[in-house]
Amino acid sequence: MSALLEISGVSVSFDGFRAINNLSFQIAEAELRAIIGPNGAGKTTFMDIVTGKTRPDEGRVVWGDRSMSLVGMSEAQIARVGIGRKFQKPTVFEDQTVADNLLLALRKPRGPLAVLLFRPTTADLDRVAELSTEIGLESALARKAGELSHGQKQWLEIGMLLAQEPRLLLVDEPAAGMTPEEREHTTSILVDAAKTRAVVVVEHDMEFVRRLNCRVTVLHEGAVLAEGSLDHVTRNADVIDVYLGR
Amino acid sequence: MQRSFITRNPSVLIFLALLALFTLGVTVLSEAFGIGLISTSYVKVLGKTLCLALVAVAMDLVWGYCGILSLGHFAFFGLGGYMIGMWLMYERTRDIVVGALAEAPIPPTEQEIVDGIGTQIFGVVGSNEFPLIWSFADSLTLQLALVVVVPGTLALIFGWLAFRSRVNDVYLSILTQAMTLALALYLFQNDSGLRGNNGLSGLQNLPGVEQPQSHVSMWFLWASALALGLGYLLSAWIVAGKFGSVIRGIRDNEARVRFLGYSVETYKLTVFTLTACIAGIAGALYYPQAGIINPAEVAPITSIYLAAWVAIGGRGRLYGAVLGAVFVSLVSSWFTGGKAPDIPLGIYTVQWVDWWLVLLGLSFVAVTLFAPKGLGGLVDLWVERRSPNRHGADLGPDLGSLREKEASQ
Repeated sequence: MSALLEISGVSVSFDGFRAINNLSFQIAEAELRAIIGPNGAGKTTFMDIVTGKTRPDEGRVVWGDRSMSLVGMSEAQIARVGIGRKFQKPTVFEDQTVADNLLLALRKPRGPLAVLLFRPTTADLDRVAELSTEIGLESALARKAGELSHGQKQWLEIGMLLAQEPRLLLVDEPAAGMTPEEREHTTSILVDAAKTRAVVVVEHDMEFVRRLNCRVTVLHEGAVLAEGSLDHVTRNADVIDVYLGR
Repeated sequence: MQRSFITRNPSVLIFLALLALFTLGVTVLSEAFGIGLISTSYVKVLGKTLCLALVAVAMDLVWGYCGILSLGHFAFFGLGGYMIGMWLMYERTRDIVVGALAEAPIPPTEQEIVDGIGTQIFGVVGSNEFPLIWSFADSLTLQLALVVVVPGTLALIFGWLAFRSRVNDVYLSILTQAMTLALALYLFQNDSGLRGNNGLSGLQNLPGVEQPQSHVSMWFLWASALALGLGYLLSAWIVAGKFGSVIRGIRDNEARVRFLGYSVETYKLTVFTLTACIAGIAGALYYPQAGIINPAEVAPITSIYLAAWVAIGGRGRLYGAVLGAVFVSLVSSWFTGGKAPDIPLGIYTVQWVDWWLVLLGLSFVAVTLFAPKGLGGLVDLWVERRSPNRHGADLGPDLGSLREKEASQ
């Protein structure tokens, strides 16, 4: 299994504080991975580096079969090669309908002229309908996204990510603020998504991670502390020390 | 199922119909083509107002939809005016010079005519040479092209520098103010080549046109109405589709749009430049009706007025911008024209010429605080009364209540 994304020796510091310290990380195609770690472990900075928001001081970020370097590419370019990102806070376009939100995310040419002349085809609308069923919002297509509940907004955002058809999905605390039923639904959406693409989930909640039933990477002070199954890492003495023991 | 653009946006059709009705009404009441109830000078006021409405539509596109609070769009408006003004002034002066030299015993050479024009135009700033920027002033086609090209290029360069560095929000607004201030200061100089603080004048006289001003003013009113109609239609078409979806997304959450794979900077630059071109066209129609343009027209305050009109009219909807520009500029000309009655308060008399700006400022604050939808929000009240939007839910407590569909019939 070749790596889809390979990060090696990446470091980044903000005003002298080393947020990421010689981090190396790999993920394969169609793999589900959870990243856990205490506050300040560098989880969000890790995502910022992969998606181009933060430029690493040193190290390599290599993507895909043709080993393309992601360092120095803009956020939009990185998104177009196939990396989707979901933020911690649900960020959907509240002033627009659910259907418009999904149409915006559909994998289509992103240039201004192509977008200006774009008219949705029947196939596009079918795809939107299909996605809305997947995320359980089929009856809310015409509603403004701002009217949705917190959990529904999270699903809509996941739906938008799926519409992008990314090869790698980065998801930041998807279950935050959800009811137990909503969490279950979210788990199944993510597990389904990971059948056809790589999914990285950053999560605090151990119970949620256990339900994902996947490999776990533990970050601490900007570096990988342990990696393996959840049971494996929770038995690791270092992990217990810095994270679980507290 | 795809419906046509007009059926999805009925407000466009209503707007165009009202605009046509207005133009027809003014024509019928004008001195030149009708019963003469509206004076020529008021026809010019109305024609200028239509141009202001057009630049307000551009401002709404860039601010209300794309979220870029540009406080410099009057610079583009003024530049459009200067570009057409150069041709008008050159050709008009040429007619005069040729007329004067016709008396001479020897027919004048081409060089003598050009020199004569130069002395006439630049005598006031102590020069008689044509600066380089007047190279195309004798060609209407080229100056008309420059009406769009000059504001567009300035916007493109400025926008590229600003958006590329991710200058946002209030910092961008300050930069645009600096841009328009710099332009005004430059134009104020006598050696800027555009007659310094004298500006360009006599623009109401079209070269080679014999008809009186009453006719010319109507032509400009029609042209302004046509430009507003087309500009509105274009803007409505742009914001109705996916492009509109993207720029509203940029307004509401720029980072999210970026992570969806859209190049936010390119979109901002496109909208900024396009609206600068629209503003240039509006200016090119405005100043021949005003008759004069000088650097004070691109002073920073004018662009702030523009933002105030759009805010009062209701940003994020095109007819709101038109409403705001028309309402505020007409009310403003009423107050500052000395027609508003003074209010004697015993010890002090409120004279509106002085106090109008205070009133405008207060209404700007009031709209921002209490009615963020502006005048356009009044339309909502009317529409929602007619057809409540309940997303298919029934309107009342039980199943016997009116359904959404019934209520809108």
